[in-house]
Amino acid sequence: MNQIVPAKRQSTDLAAPETQDFVTMLIDGQLFGIPVLTVQDVLGPQKITRIPLAPREVAGSLNLRGRIVTAIDVRLRLDLGSRPADDKGMSVVVDMGGELYSLMVDSVGEVLSLPAAKFERNPPTLDPKWREFSLGIYRLEDKLLVVLDVAKLLDFTRSE
Amino acid sequence: MDDLLSEFLTETSESLSVLDLELVKLEQNPEPSILQNIFRLVHTIKGTCGFLGLPRLEHVAHASENVLGKFRDGELEVTPDAVTLILAAIDRIKSILTHLEQNECEPEGSDGDLIERLDAMAEGRGGAAGAQGKAGPAKKPVAEIDLDALFESKATPEAKPEPAPEPEAEPEPEPAAVAPSVPAAPAQPPAVRESAPAAAADHPKESSVAAQTIRVNVELLEGLMTLVSELVLTRNQLLQMVRGRDDSEFTAPLQRLSHITTDLQEGVMKTRMQPIGNAWAKLPRIVRDLALEMSKKIDLQMLGAETELDRQVLELIKDPLTHMVRNSADHGLEGPEERKRVGKPEIGKVVLNAYHEGGHIIIEISDDGRGLNIDRIKAKAVQNGLASEAELDGMTPQQIYQFIFRAGFSTAEKVTSVSGRGVGMDVVRTNIERIGGTVELKSQPGRGSTFVIKIPLTLAIVSALIVECAGERFAIPQISVLELVRVTNNSEHGIETINNAPVLRLRDRLLPLVSLKRLLRLTDDKEAERQETFIVVTQVGTYTFGIIVDRVFDTEEIVVKPVAPILRHISMFSGNTILGDGSVIMILDPNGIAAATGESALMGGSQSTEAQVVRESHSDAKTSLLVFRAGGSDLKAVPLALVARLEEVEVKDVEYSHGKPMVQYRGHLMPLVSIDGSYSFREEGRQPVLVFSDHDRTMGLVVDEIVDIVEDRLKVELSADMPGAIGTAVIAGRATTIVDAGYYLPQAFGDWFGSTKEFGADETGRPRILLVDDSPFFRNLLTPLLSVAGYDVTAVEAPDRALALREQGQDFDMIISDIEMPVMNGFEFAAAVRSEGRWQATPMVALSSHATDKDFERGRQVGFNDYVAKFDRDSLLMTIAQTLAAIKGAA
Repeated sequence: MNQIVPAKRQSTDLAAPETQDFVTMLIDGQLFGIPVLTVQDVLGPQKITRIPLAPREVAGSLNLRGRIVTAIDVRLRLDLGSRPADDKGMSVVVDMGGELYSLMVDSVGEVLSLPAAKFERNPPTLDPKWREFSLGIYRLEDKLLVVLDVAKLLDFTRSE
Repeated sequence: MDDLLSEFLTETSESLSVLDLELVKLEQNPEPSILQNIFRLVHTIKGTCGFLGLPRLEHVAHASENVLGKFRDGELEVTPDAVTLILAAIDRIKSILTHLEQNECEPEGSDGDLIERLDAMAEGRGGAAGAQGKAGPAKKPVAEIDLDALFESKATPEAKPEPAPEPEAEPEPEPAAVAPSVPAAPAQPPAVRESAPAAAADHPKESSVAAQTIRVNVELLEGLMTLVSELVLTRNQLLQMVRGRDDSEFTAPLQRLSHITTDLQEGVMKTRMQPIGNAWAKLPRIVRDLALEMSKKIDLQMLGAETELDRQVLELIKDPLTHMVRNSADHGLEGPEERKRVGKPEIGKVVLNAYHEGGHIIIEISDDGRGLNIDRIKAKAVQNGLASEAELDGMTPQQIYQFIFRAGFSTAEKVTSVSGRGVGMDVVRTNIERIGGTVELKSQPGRGSTFVIKIPLTLAIVSALIVECAGERFAIPQISVLELVRVTNNSEHGIETINNAPVLRLRDRLLPLVSLKRLLRLTDDKEAERQETFIVVTQVGTYTFGIIVDRVFDTEEIVVKPVAPILRHISMFSGNTILGDGSVIMILDPNGIAAATGESALMGGSQSTEAQVVRESHSDAKTSLLVFRAGGSDLKAVPLALVARLEEVEVKDVEYSHGKPMVQYRGHLMPLVSIDGSYSFREEGRQPVLVFSDHDRTMGLVVDEIVDIVEDRLKVELSADMPGAIGTAVIAGRATTIVDAGYYLPQAFGDWFGSTKEFGADETGRPRILLVDDSPFFRNLLTPLLSVAGYDVTAVEAPDRALALREQGQDFDMIISDIEMPVMNGFEFAAAVRSEGRWQATPMVALSSHATDKDFERGRQVGFNDYVAKFDRDSLLMTIAQTLAAIKGAA
């Protein structure tokens, strides 16, 4: 392990800057992160219109300053089961190909600046579904952060 | 300044700046698509100049176009010299334009040298061109040109004393919209200027006409629209907060804010919508000039000019429309002599008609000219290698006509300044398809051609009915809503079900119903019996059905926004929108719902346009059918609309009189008729009966079992030799006998049609009726019906057959015609009958499955005496009797 990591660091060092900023999110106790520049908004609980016949993970649509945003329940997308009814949750709005999507998570935390040295690839033991949506793992002091692949998360043509 | 002229100046200066850019790009990278674009732009300039009477411009543009044409055909290589020459021609155009703008006339002078060089280039004498520049032969045409110029420039402002240019902003699509391959490249124009410094130095002043109207980027308007929506929402929130308190000091200012917000919203909305008439404003002038030039007599009729279109769509549709009208007037219409010779009125007609239909805007451009020349199209298609002779032989005329939409295809024998270079129809199609529209073409040799452009309303504002179902709100486009019916538990007619298929009795008809809750798989906590429900009676094409919803709110103007890509597969929704209160709401697509509930629409697959057109015209004839079993295990069906009620009678209640069974039903005796003459009632219990009703008489057709109600296209494939059956059709995938209700009716009452029969009985000959309907089913249904009622019926399947009968000299007392028919519809047929020939005074009755007031009015206008809904047997017979009686009385 120790031998592999330095080699990888070199390559990432060349391509990417020393650190990358991530917006952190908590879902079912697990910390996730997405690059800060992809995030448009962070929202509290919203009034969401259900969309009949839509995929299960699509919670509905909402109005964000005159634009229609499709809300995706990340919990369901990751097979984590529904959020407890008393937990209203929060959302992170991202832009994907000109369309806005709101990723519904349990809570949104601080922005972290993470050094590339702490990045690792997905462990092969990770659940296939998670492996699909995860770009890799950052080792933090006390926990691990999963980098979400937003593009894959929103690509409903592949799953089901 | 002349409105037309100033618009031309604005437009042309815009095109020219695009041209500069494009030409430089072409020089670096001679791609066919760039060349096409340049060619089109120059062609447009040339065409417009011709109409405005600007000969100098026209000649320069024409010569440049020739050179560009050679580039396009690969006969000339794109060399820097050639491009420089074209740029020089464009500079010349610019300098003439500047003069034109200041003095409203073309400057004196000659372009002979330039044209000579361009011509030389076109003929491949590129090198020598410069030396021959000032050769003599160019002089002579120049003198003529100047005369023309003087004459025209004086005539121009007087010819059309129009009010000042409209003050409202008129945003054109960005250059990118005109030339989609060009990304807006702000860095490039300076470079272009350098390469053409002469023009810039001569005319340092920017075009001032261009500055008179403000061109606003549509995106900016979009942004404004969003901001205004936001403002409205905030206003609504504020109003909500203050509503509870009467004495608030905010009340008055808030009221003011509210008014201003509303005005602002309306204003911004308006900036996006424009009546289509604006795009037509130029056409009368163009057609007039064209008529003069070609010495034709042309009557341009424009209907539905007030139909509103989204601005962006309007801009994109403008040029195609102009092209098509020009084409119709130039190629379509014959000269007056030729028209006289073939017996048409001397004045040719070009009709533009725009209207909304089923969430689309339809624009029809029709002429009564010679129609498309199929042989010439064939020859051209072979010549251009688009198809082989063998392939062409296997094609229908409609398929062959489609070739005119191919690039580089023109059948005009001579290239006129008007059209005929083959940039016309392919541009038209490309532009229309870019906004998601379709263009269809119908043509009849000797009778003219019709182009039908269909543009979706996705960009436009629509009025929508807001409904609620299972606690969710949905919008239904108002355009497809016919009426609303409230059904309560204690109302006379509730929702009934036939094998779980809900139906509603609506004015003696059975209306098939669709439960929105079931369709959208919505769950409702209060599933328990509702006190009241609402039924939204919806029409898609000719199919009318009801959507069951829980509540109905009011209508709201909405801007349709497309749904997110991950939801596009759900065919029930045509889009979504944000309501005034800020909530997001899904817009139901009646077409999708109809398709999801009618089985026949499920067949998909990508077929050629032609096949789709055919299928569409067939699917128009979709009918709701009641499928049942009687006298055997095979399936039988009758059109649902003919059935007044479905009843079950107690077998023990059946009484016999003269050996015929009957029951007491609602205080009257109702005879029971069985399908095959043998009355085999059940031993006990209840017997299902289809009730046919006419005035105060009812008849029951005894059946064994009611199977289903299906929505299907009725195509009788096997005709029956058995009385009482029309034939066999495939319905919902199974062979089904179509029962002739008209056969059983007289069995129950000998005098069922007594009232009408009397009329025919004492006549020496029975009144003759010509029935025109493309659907074999209706011909088969109505022919016996009318025969029974005492008429002599001749049925034909298409208007042209009917007209052939007219040519043969046959006479009828009355013509009954369907409206929706392929090739020539009922309105056109009526117009044709009324326009000439021996049937001009014959009464005509239109038969249609959708009889709205508008159709009614239209029918009246083209010459129908009356208009009857297709399934309304009573009123059909009554109308026939009355109309004939009126004629007889008058005679």
